[in-house]
Amino acid sequence: MAITTATSPSTPKRSLWRRLPIVHQLSQSVGIQRGMLVTGLVLTALFVLTALLAPILAPYGYSQLRDESGGFGAQRPPSAEHLLGTTVGGYDVLSRVIWGAQTALSVVVVAVLLSIFAGVALGLVSGYFGGWLDRILVVVCDAIYAFPTLLLAIVMSIAISGGQSSLWGGIFAAAISITVVFIPQYFRVIRAETVRIKSEAYVESAKVVGTGNVRIMFRHVLRNATRTLPLIFTLNASEAILTLAGLGFLGFGIEPTSASEWGFDLNKALSDVSSGIWWTSVPVGLALVLAVLGMTLVGESLNDLADPRLRGRRAVAASSGTVAETSVVPGGSLTAGPGGLAGLENEGRS
Amino acid sequence: MSKPASPRPRKGSGGSFWRYLVIRFLLIIPTVFILVTLVFILMRTTGDPITAALGDRLTAVELAERVAAAGYDRPIFVQYMEYLGQILTGDFGTTLSDNRPVLEVLLTYGAATLELAFYALIVAFAVGIPLGMVAAYFRDKTPDAILRIVAILFYATPVFFAGMLLKLIFSVWLKVLPVSGRGTTTTELEMQLLEGKTGIYLWDALRIGDPGILGDVLAHAVLPGLTLGLLTAGIFLRLVRTNVIGTLSTDYVDAGRSRGVREFRLVTKHAYRPALIPIITVIGLQIALLLGGAVLTETTFEWKGLGFQLAEYLQARDFVAVQGIVVLLAVIVALTNFIVDVIAALIDPRVRY
Repeated sequence: MAITTATSPSTPKRSLWRRLPIVHQLSQSVGIQRGMLVTGLVLTALFVLTALLAPILAPYGYSQLRDESGGFGAQRPPSAEHLLGTTVGGYDVLSRVIWGAQTALSVVVVAVLLSIFAGVALGLVSGYFGGWLDRILVVVCDAIYAFPTLLLAIVMSIAISGGQSSLWGGIFAAAISITVVFIPQYFRVIRAETVRIKSEAYVESAKVVGTGNVRIMFRHVLRNATRTLPLIFTLNASEAILTLAGLGFLGFGIEPTSASEWGFDLNKALSDVSSGIWWTSVPVGLALVLAVLGMTLVGESLNDLADPRLRGRRAVAASSGTVAETSVVPGGSLTAGPGGLAGLENEGRS
Repeated sequence: MSKPASPRPRKGSGGSFWRYLVIRFLLIIPTVFILVTLVFILMRTTGDPITAALGDRLTAVELAERVAAAGYDRPIFVQYMEYLGQILTGDFGTTLSDNRPVLEVLLTYGAATLELAFYALIVAFAVGIPLGMVAAYFRDKTPDAILRIVAILFYATPVFFAGMLLKLIFSVWLKVLPVSGRGTTTTELEMQLLEGKTGIYLWDALRIGDPGILGDVLAHAVLPGLTLGLLTAGIFLRLVRTNVIGTLSTDYVDAGRSRGVREFRLVTKHAYRPALIPIITVIGLQIALLLGGAVLTETTFEWKGLGFQLAEYLQARDFVAVQGIVVLLAVIVALTNFIVDVIAALIDPRVRY
């Protein structure tokens, strides 16, 4: 058991940089897995950069209908002035795509931050103190968890904004709708980890010394329970974009005059498809797919690297020195390589 | 997965299974109760449904009359208790926009959604499970890499965009498949005239026995089925791969190999069977995803099912209808999860309490 504590003297401590979540996994990965992780990181970086630099990159504003030479016109095919043509509403498609990244990023950041804080706090308290509060929270979260994400988000956005939205109102309505959907996921993971860590020797010894509950929760439990967070975080970020787009597609998006939202634009492009107008939907959809793809690739890679059964075989041996620190299984010695993992099967599966 | 494996030895498999069945069934009640309460509270935080639907069309006096007539001016707790009572008697409310009982809406359009889900599951199983086994067998080699990228692409693409792309390629450019709907006008007419129609077009078309109509129904089903099916197939592929990799490294697979069992059989029988439990459990969770996806797929293809109708009611701001459909879907999800857990318990006795 003592091996799993972070300060084990037998484990050579790596530099802080090497132990950062994604950097650590990057150096741990090999071959295809590294390729997937790098591709994901590049796509995600591209998405974030586009979102941040939208005012510079976009040729026009997101709600701009005319410039000095007159109105843009509706459903114009791609041309020199409008590289990707114009939409049925007369907006420039390329500009809407670029500004859409900004909306998507704002929603994802707000949603994921809110759900991490709420989910982690609830999971920590619930798992640490147990009792009736714990039981109620588990039942409620299980009920929400099994419910279709999109439907819950719809109900939430009706509750928050009555289905109407301005720019920041819309972004917050969408973000909070998504948050409620994701809290159970963080809650479950953090609660399970907390329940496990609670019975570890170092927590008991802290109690014996007379450390307060709050200090134990934050110093001893939380620090050791957060290693799975980057993983859920990335997977949730991509799901958040999809949920936002789904809401927009059903007409719960942000009005075109207050911001650009991919799902809303795709909804408006639905009738164009039947008449063979591809430029209003394909670029928007591709942007959406690439953004989601980037984050999913990062999340999947982190997931595989965290699971010893899925990690590339050579990678296990290469980084076995730090495995004890990241292992989710108490006392699991992984130095024997894949052969030594047989013991994990039973514990990890239940 | 959430059920811990029972550590104590099994006494008489029959009895413990029935005990599990009853306990698991009773667990549906709190789940549904919580969801009904949650949906009710959320839908009422912004006000009553009549104001939401007609607020900008009626004068304040007219509005107050309508609100009072429907009983929405009473204390919220009284309304909540009444709502619970109605649900217990199977009354899910009456829609505001077209004045129909929500249950009738469900029965009329549910068949279409069921049919779509059926096609999607066929695609998902036929594509996801074999490809998942292939990926697990070629773990970390080129076929595995390609299949994993394909799987991620399948579920990273929003269903409505996937649907639009398929439409663009097969309906507009190649002109081989219909753009939208569940059948041509003649087919729809035949379906309406059919005595004792089920609403499941595939079944009804088989009963009519006209190959032209059957072909038309199937042609209309290809794109929606593929769209929703491939999304789920991506998830199945990933799931089967992960779990088969886990079981492929176990001792009994090595033992089988040493006895000379063929590699194909090792993957499809020895490694796949034990991997089935987690797969079935997760498939149960996908029902929720499938329903969410169905709403978007149906809107994309004008497939007149429950999801399409839900989107229509959302547009009309008919929140009574929305609330009714959402609560009904919650009941369906809870029931499906129950059935899935029972199947898992039948396959593996360790799952039982």
